[in-house]
This record gives sequence, C-alpha cells and structure tokens, in this order.
Amino acid sequence: MNRDIAIRTHNLTRRFGTVTAVDHINLEIPRARIYGFLGPNGSGKSTTIRMLCGLIRPTEGEAEVLGHQVPRDAESLKRSIGYMTQRFSLYQDLTVQENLEFMAEIYSLPHAKRRTRIERALRDYQLREFHDQRPETMSGGERQRLALAAATLHEPELLFLDEPTSAVDPQSRRDFWETLFALVHQGITILVSTHYMDEAERCHRLAILDHGVLVADDSPQQLMTNIDASVVEVEASDSQQARVALNSLAKIQSVTQLGMRLRVLVDRTEAEPGKYVAAGLRAAGVKANARQTSASLEDVFVVVTRQHHEKAAA
Amino acid sequence: MNSLLRILAILRKEIWQLRRDRLTMGMIIGIPTLQIILFGFAINTDVRHLRAGVADQANTQVSRTLVADTEASQVINITQRALTPEELETMLRRGEISVGIVIPPDFERRLQQQGRAAAQLLVDGSDPIILGAARQLTAVPVNYRLPPSPIKSASVYEVRNFYNPERRSAVNIIPGLLGVILTMTMVLFTAIAIVRERERGNLELLINTPVRTPELMAGKILPYVLIGLIQATLIITLSVFLFRIPIRGNLLDLYLAALVFISANLTMGLFISTLAKTQMQAMQMNFFFFLPSILLSGFMFPFDGMPGIVQHIAEILPLTHFVRLSRGILLRGAALIELLPEIRALAIFMVVTLTIAILRFRKRLD
Repeated sequence: MNRDIAIRTHNLTRRFGTVTAVDHINLEIPRARIYGFLGPNGSGKSTTIRMLCGLIRPTEGEAEVLGHQVPRDAESLKRSIGYMTQRFSLYQDLTVQENLEFMAEIYSLPHAKRRTRIERALRDYQLREFHDQRPETMSGGERQRLALAAATLHEPELLFLDEPTSAVDPQSRRDFWETLFALVHQGITILVSTHYMDEAERCHRLAILDHGVLVADDSPQQLMTNIDASVVEVEASDSQQARVALNSLAKIQSVTQLGMRLRVLVDRTEAEPGKYVAAGLRAAGVKANARQTSASLEDVFVVVTRQHHEKAAA
Repeated sequence: MNSLLRILAILRKEIWQLRRDRLTMGMIIGIPTLQIILFGFAINTDVRHLRAGVADQANTQVSRTLVADTEASQVINITQRALTPEELETMLRRGEISVGIVIPPDFERRLQQQGRAAAQLLVDGSDPIILGAARQLTAVPVNYRLPPSPIKSASVYEVRNFYNPERRSAVNIIPGLLGVILTMTMVLFTAIAIVRERERGNLELLINTPVRTPELMAGKILPYVLIGLIQATLIITLSVFLFRIPIRGNLLDLYLAALVFISANLTMGLFISTLAKTQMQAMQMNFFFFLPSILLSGFMFPFDGMPGIVQHIAEILPLTHFVRLSRGILLRGAALIELLPEIRALAIFMVVTLTIAILRFRKRLD
C-alpha cells in the first residue's frame, strides 16, 4: 500500500445493460489533495464514486481505496470514508442536532467524543442557531453545511462529495470551498465531482470524464498549458457574420460566443493563430479584432471532449 | 458493544421520526379503537328481526296462531302480506323481505299427515347467516287441536354451549380481531420502514455507514414491538370494558403469545420491504398478505371447513396460529403450554422471514 496514494483504479468499468456508464478508468489519486471529477450529467462521475465506496459492484477492473480492495473489503473501509450524496440524504424530519447525534452513534463514536465532535461541528459549520431546526426548513447552503458536518463527524481520511454544490448559492459555494481546503490542510483526501468550471479550477488535480471515459487527468494549470489548441479572442461588429465566416475555416475547432466576443479554438498546427483568424475574417469581409489569449479550463473541456467524440466517431 | 450502540441509534431515530409522524401515531391508536367498536357493536351473527312476508292461504285460526308464534320468536318481523307464494318470491328477489312464510290452503289437513311439512319458509340463502337464523324457525311448535303424538318427538342431542353460553357475537369475534388488527398495522409498519428510507434517499447514506444489516433490521423491529404491545393492551382493555370479553386464561400467557405474533408480523413486513421498490408497492404487497390472513385464519370462516390444501396454506399464516392462541387463552382458559405447537409455528415463521429479509438486503445500490 502506497502511503501517498489514496485511491488507485485499474480498468474500472461498469455497464448497465448495454450502456457503459464507466469505461476502463485508470486513476491514481494522491492523499491530502482535492481531486476533481469534471463532466456533464451522465458522464459517469456518480457511478465511479459509488463504485469506490463499494455501493455498486464494478463489471470489470479493480479499485483499491485506502489500501482496501473494493468492493470486497468495502465494510472495513466504511469507517475511514465520508460520503456526501448528490441528493440530500440526512433525515428531513429530524433536527440538525438529532441528525448529528444519529450519525455519531451509527459510527460508534465513544460517548465523550460524541458531544465534543457534535459541538465542534455545530461551531465549525455555523449550525448552532439551527440545531433545533429540521433540514426541510433550511436553505440549500445550510443543508449542505449540515451534510458536510455529518460526513466528517467521524473524522474520515477520505471524503467523497458527489456534486455537493448543485443546489447552493455562489457565496455559500465559496465558503464551502474554503472549508474543503481547511479539511485538506488537516490531511484529508477529497474526491469531488462537479460540473462547474470555476470549482474544477480550484482542485489540485482534475479528471475530465466524458461518456464514462477519462479524457484528461492532470492539474488544472497543466491542462490549460498543454491544451491541444490555441485560443483566439475575436471582437467583431457583427458577431453572427464572424461566426459563420470562422466556421468555414479548416483549422478552427470551435467558436463560442461570450456576449460581444467570440472565443475561437484553432488547431495547434497553426503557428500564428491570431493572424490566421484575422486573415480569415478579412477575407470574408468581416470587420474584427483578433488576438491570441491564454486558455481557460472551459477551453480545455471543449477540446478534450471534442477529440474524444471524433475518436469515437472514427 | 458497538453493535448494540448502532441498534440503539436506529431505534432512537425511529422513535424520533415516529413521534413527529402524526398519521402513523393516529393509526396506532385509531385503527384498533375504530375496529373494536365497529366489530363489537355493529357485527352480530345472532340475527333477529328479519323482514318477512306472509302468504296465508289457509287463513284459519291455527295458521294465524302459527304466524303469531313465529313472529313472537323475534327472529322475524312481518312487514308484508301476500296472497300467493309467487308474490312472496318477487318480494324476496327484490330484497324487500328476507323470509317468506307460505301456508297452503290445505294447511290443517297436511298437519295431520306424518313425515310431511305443512308449511314452507322461503329464505334468502344469499346470506348464510340469514339462512342459519331462519332455520331456527323450524323449531316453532304447532300443537293446537292435534291428537297427542304417540312418541315424544324430542331431539337426541342436547347442546351445551361452552365458553359463550349467551351466544354473544363479540365474544366470538374479538379474540380473533386482536390478531387481525395487529396483522393490519404491524406488517405495514415494517413493510414501509426500509422502502421509505430508500424513497427519501436516506438509504444511500445509511449503507455507507458501518451499520450491519442485522443491526439495521433489529433497530427497525424493536420500536414496533413496543407499539404492538401498546396496541394489544388498548384492544384488550377496550374488549374487557366495552364488551365484557372474559380473560379466562393467564394474561401473561396472552402477552407472550402476542409478543411472538407481533414479531412474526414485523419480520414479514421487513421481508416485504426488501421486495418493494416504493412505499406504494409495499402497501400493495401487504394487501396480498393481509387478505389470505383474514380469510383463511379461521377468524371469519371455520378452519375445519376449508379444503385440505387451503388448510396447509392457512397453517403458514401467523394469524391462523394467533387466532387459536387468543381464543384458547381468552375464552377457553387454556395455558400457553397447552398451545405450544402454535407458538412454535409463529417462531419458525419469524426466524424464516427474518433470515430471508437479512439475506435479501444488500448494502449496495445495484
């Protein structure tokens, strides 16, 4: 067992009937880091997380989580992992205090520890004022703080968060991520799935999933640096016309409109992408400014999923 | 030790949830009270005052006396008069009367003849209880102006009614009803217990904790055992005070029998809970268990009257055994030791359903 690796998978695969939800995924997730799963709905993020928890058996391949073979040794793993489900899964008809007490007991925390942990959780996650309230009367952000408090009550080494911020306002999301970094600082490993680019960018390392296939796996910075395209930003008087003109050019991978501007992805084979785009627009009689810029994570996402689709189609 | 702690955690959570679930709380108290009162007051198998019609074609003093005597038995109330038997048949068909008395024109001559009935009763046999009640009328004597019979036409048998000499229906019904009510509520409680967690998404969280399946099952059953015993107490109290149901046996024996029976029903509910995907399905499946229970247990119809194969099915159902236990202890004053085979059957049912439920339940989502 490697002390620095929390999760390792080898050709992890899950099929539901004829659909392959997770397709031969190989992962190596380091300890004490936030590792992100980025992908649209149905890309296999939840299925992978559930397989790593031992909730779903893989059709093929294997996984080792904190040194335990999953799903064979899933039961002995339960005590060391925390899991925050995509849908709020604590009891809506129990108060915050009761939910936390239940979780503390079900993890068999010693009596003395139970009280101090619950007290600390109420303080750390700003839940004290809600301790007598039921989740059904709380906001998305408050409920999510409760879910995280419950998932970390037994001090797990590894935390699985399945789209934790999907029902949460932007400020709560920011606060939530601050908390995650505090947890990582304590040595906890976090695996978080998301479909928000800004969240993905905050992860130490990121896996991009597309239709169950791992299409990219690196730090967000490396992914942006190594992107297999050049990014050109275009400001045109008539963006619609510019768009049509650009789409007919051979070396253009994609065009995305952002308000008045267009973000254009150009093949890396083109040495001077800015000039290439400007020339193309001039030839079509469109007045525009074009200049090369640095790639964003969304650009990376567009490129890798596009490449994957082309490969799949070929 | 940890195991006990986890069972207690589940148990406490169930009680917290139950306390806030007004509908279920209402069910715990409401269903037994309502059923006992409905069955006890409304249901009477000792039927009186059946609506009757008379076609007295003889219209002699003897025939009029017979009609008057028949009505005096209180079994019938004469509400219709007819001229012909055909008219009575029409009334019977229309449901206007349940019994028709036909006295033919040659009534008195027929009375003289041995071995032949002088008059006829037309009975609505579509209801067996009415038929049974009307049969009592055949015992009405006609001795007027007749030559004394050479032999005294007394019955060979005399009936001694043990355990229910006043023939009160409540005494027949309520001991079995105790089991029916417990079956109705207990199975449903645990049938929805796990499905509800699945439906509300709690199960995904729960199966990710170190809780073991038998611990989860135990934590789900125990609070309802207590509720079952509370229900049984409520039913017994109401029965004794409202309907003077005798407790001829030992009350502790009755509670022990109820405890095993309640547990058997709860484990059956857990088994259903591992089969159903939604609470709705669980309720439907519960119905498939409840219906044979109520029909085949001997609560409604005598066990001895059922065909052999149906008796075998009935022997599997917990209610069959509990009806015997309950009637035995309450009415016949039997000791639990004397009814040991019934307790054994319930215990086997409980162990089997619990084992299947535990084996079927997986701490997984697929």
